[in-house]
Amino acid sequence: MAEWWEGFWLTYNTVVYGVGVNALLALSIYLTLSCGLLSMANAAFMGIGAYAAALISMQTDLSFPVALAASAALPALVAMLIGIPTLRLSGVYLAMATLGFGEVVRVSVINLEFTGGPMGLNGIPPKTEFWHIVLILALTLYCLARLRRSKIGRAFEAIKEDEIAARLMGVNVARYKLLAFVLGAIIAGLAGGLNAHYTFTIGPNNYGFDHAVDILTMAVFGGTSTLIGPTLGAAILTLLPEALRDLNNYRLAVNGLILILVILYLPQGLWDPRRIRAFWQKRREQRTAGKVI
Amino acid sequence: MLQFDHVSKNFGGLQVLQDVSFSVPQGGIFGLIGPNGAGKTTVFNLITGLIRKSGGAITFNGNALDGVAPHKITRLGIARTFQNIRVFKEMTLLQNVVVGMHDQLDYGVAGVLLNLASFRQAEERARERALELLSWVRLEHKAHALADSLSYGEQRKLEFARALATNPKLLLLDEPVAGMNPSEKTELMAEMINIKQRGFSIFLIEHDMRFVMGLCDQIAVLNFGKIIAQGGPDEIKNNPEVIEAYLGKEEAA
Amino acid sequence: MLEQQLINALSLGSVYALFALGFTLVFGVLGVINLSHGAIFMLGSYAALLLVEQLALPLWLAMLTAMLAAGCLGLLIDFLVLRPLRKRNAPHLAPMIATIGVAIMLTNLAQGLFGAANQRFPVGTIPEDSFTVKDMHVTEVQIGIVLISFGLMVMLLAVMRRTQLGRALRAIAESPKAAYLLGVNVEGLFFLTSFTAAALGGAAGVLVGLSFNAISPFMGQPMLHKGIAVIILGGMGDIRGALIGGLFLGFAEVMTIAYISSDLRDAVAFGLLFLILLVRPSGMFGKVLERKA
Repeated sequence: MAEWWEGFWLTYNTVVYGVGVNALLALSIYLTLSCGLLSMANAAFMGIGAYAAALISMQTDLSFPVALAASAALPALVAMLIGIPTLRLSGVYLAMATLGFGEVVRVSVINLEFTGGPMGLNGIPPKTEFWHIVLILALTLYCLARLRRSKIGRAFEAIKEDEIAARLMGVNVARYKLLAFVLGAIIAGLAGGLNAHYTFTIGPNNYGFDHAVDILTMAVFGGTSTLIGPTLGAAILTLLPEALRDLNNYRLAVNGLILILVILYLPQGLWDPRRIRAFWQKRREQRTAGKVI
Repeated sequence: MLQFDHVSKNFGGLQVLQDVSFSVPQGGIFGLIGPNGAGKTTVFNLITGLIRKSGGAITFNGNALDGVAPHKITRLGIARTFQNIRVFKEMTLLQNVVVGMHDQLDYGVAGVLLNLASFRQAEERARERALELLSWVRLEHKAHALADSLSYGEQRKLEFARALATNPKLLLLDEPVAGMNPSEKTELMAEMINIKQRGFSIFLIEHDMRFVMGLCDQIAVLNFGKIIAQGGPDEIKNNPEVIEAYLGKEEAA
Repeated sequence: MLEQQLINALSLGSVYALFALGFTLVFGVLGVINLSHGAIFMLGSYAALLLVEQLALPLWLAMLTAMLAAGCLGLLIDFLVLRPLRKRNAPHLAPMIATIGVAIMLTNLAQGLFGAANQRFPVGTIPEDSFTVKDMHVTEVQIGIVLISFGLMVMLLAVMRRTQLGRALRAIAESPKAAYLLGVNVEGLFFLTSFTAAALGGAAGVLVGLSFNAISPFMGQPMLHKGIAVIILGGMGDIRGALIGGLFLGFAEVMTIAYISSDLRDAVAFGLLFLILLVRPSGMFGKVLERKA
């Protein structure tokens, strides 16, 4: 038994880590979506966090927790800087601006010396362990769940529904949008830091448009009305390619197809409490009416 | 309580409000009437900081409302409902009203994350108050329904309750009975008198003359961006200019 | 030398403008950011390549046919993906996300079908002639690009400004509901717009393919980013804006490559994008966004 486990773990540990990291990423975009913001910047924030943590681990003797703290702090700072001007934009303009920001980060990283240029960083010490990911994911889920039940979560939802009405209810819309944006950046940055320390190498192309789209897909696929949705979406979409190994060349096409189908037929995503409730409601009604199911 | 002094507003070349002066006294129900396009909603938008005035002064309880951000207006004690209803459709009635209490919930991040007593108690109190307000508009039995599932008239009542949740001194109601049937109107009229008796001041914009005449203590009439009359219902009813500009059209119609 | 750079800028800029034109048309009339426009552009290029390689069609005919094919693809995407979303009044970011899915699918399929490597037109397809006027070097290809791009743009502008059709399209851009009530065949015109926009995108693809003689499944992506920058620069939904924005971007890029550094080429588009979004999000010709007080 132990042997089987060791064998399994050796082959699949990156996949399991990947689920955790992707769950964090999906939750980070869920957070901004819950406030009505479509931000495509989280892949870039992940990259900033990854590079910050990796550079600390490689260039200094500071411990892993310090590197992780940096992977949360630096994206937060950047988010605050660019958030203030760009969050004035709405909907599509914001999406475009954050996409643009992502590209600016990518191009800058490629052209800077200390980030290793287009080759990125190699030989990052393997420091991430299973419990790190579990702990951070659990903490994130806990904090987000508590946030949802508080005036902060309600403010986010109100802003998402109707900004003007929210404003007149006393909600400081600009401040809450910035909060969602910065928190999303922190979570994405942590994901980046964790990820860097088990993949040994990182490069500027890991954090570009394609990855931003992946993250969005996971969240939208899983459903953005609850915390379970993004986590579920991340898990399925990380494990699915492993299961669909044979389709490896067309894996991306399958991703794209899934995205289209979900948007068309399951607009609220896989985990939609309302649809699920309505489904069980209907079954209960049919049973009591004596109909054969 | 609320004072407009020679206020003007123009959008580009279009003069929407010109030398508008009136005074909304504390306590009581004040009505602003006038034909469509007279500029009534602009007045509300100016008060709540959604647009900036071009000239004149607006004061509330002595404070100048000059470039005050909308989310701070509530802290000054002004709440508002909208002509085209703006309830939060995907939230329950209870949640809608509780959002109105946003400013009054005084807990910090620690309270939220650690589920401290300060957090729990504040939330509980907010819930109770929200249910109370919903009972004022007779919607407490639907507290957990989605706002989207309500009828038009019920959604108006919900907006009303939500505005009350901000604990305002002055309630701005933009066409509160538009689209309601006569029995709903009578019901809301009774509720508004109730609210007035609880000490809230109301400033409303309306078209329905019977509603306004029956409810308001003071009325101002706006036509083409200018105030053409101000006074009690009887004075306004008999004012020739008003009759010509507004009531005349109603009688002809 | 400056005049030479201006010629290069004109050629590059007119292709950017042509690409952005299709993009902005769809936004203006359908209200959708079609992120699959880059993939359509890429497939237009491949279509021309195949027609020349396999069927030995003359270049002009291949281009026309490729435009037609691209147009049909655009129509198909509208019918299968965008129309159902219109019917059920989906939230306005849904179509954009769905087109991301389409883009991923098409790019990945192209990669699977054609391989990832750059492909070239068969020797002799591309006119080699060039003219030298007073030290200025102009290739036949560049002339063709400018003529064709401007020709198409002028035709489009003429239709929009001087025909009943153009009036109907502008009415829809203002308000689809109002146009419908006035008796305009809104749905039919949506199809027409999707077709035309895609055809223009395909044309741009062929021209770029000829210009750089390097066709790959990934050529759509950077083009899409430039397109986004152009339409935001010029004002979303505005045709003049796409034209002028495209030329401006071409100019800015060429100048940057010539006088600063070619590494920063891709950053130019996003730098400009960012700047404009901070200063005047509606772009040069777009309607000013309602400033929230």
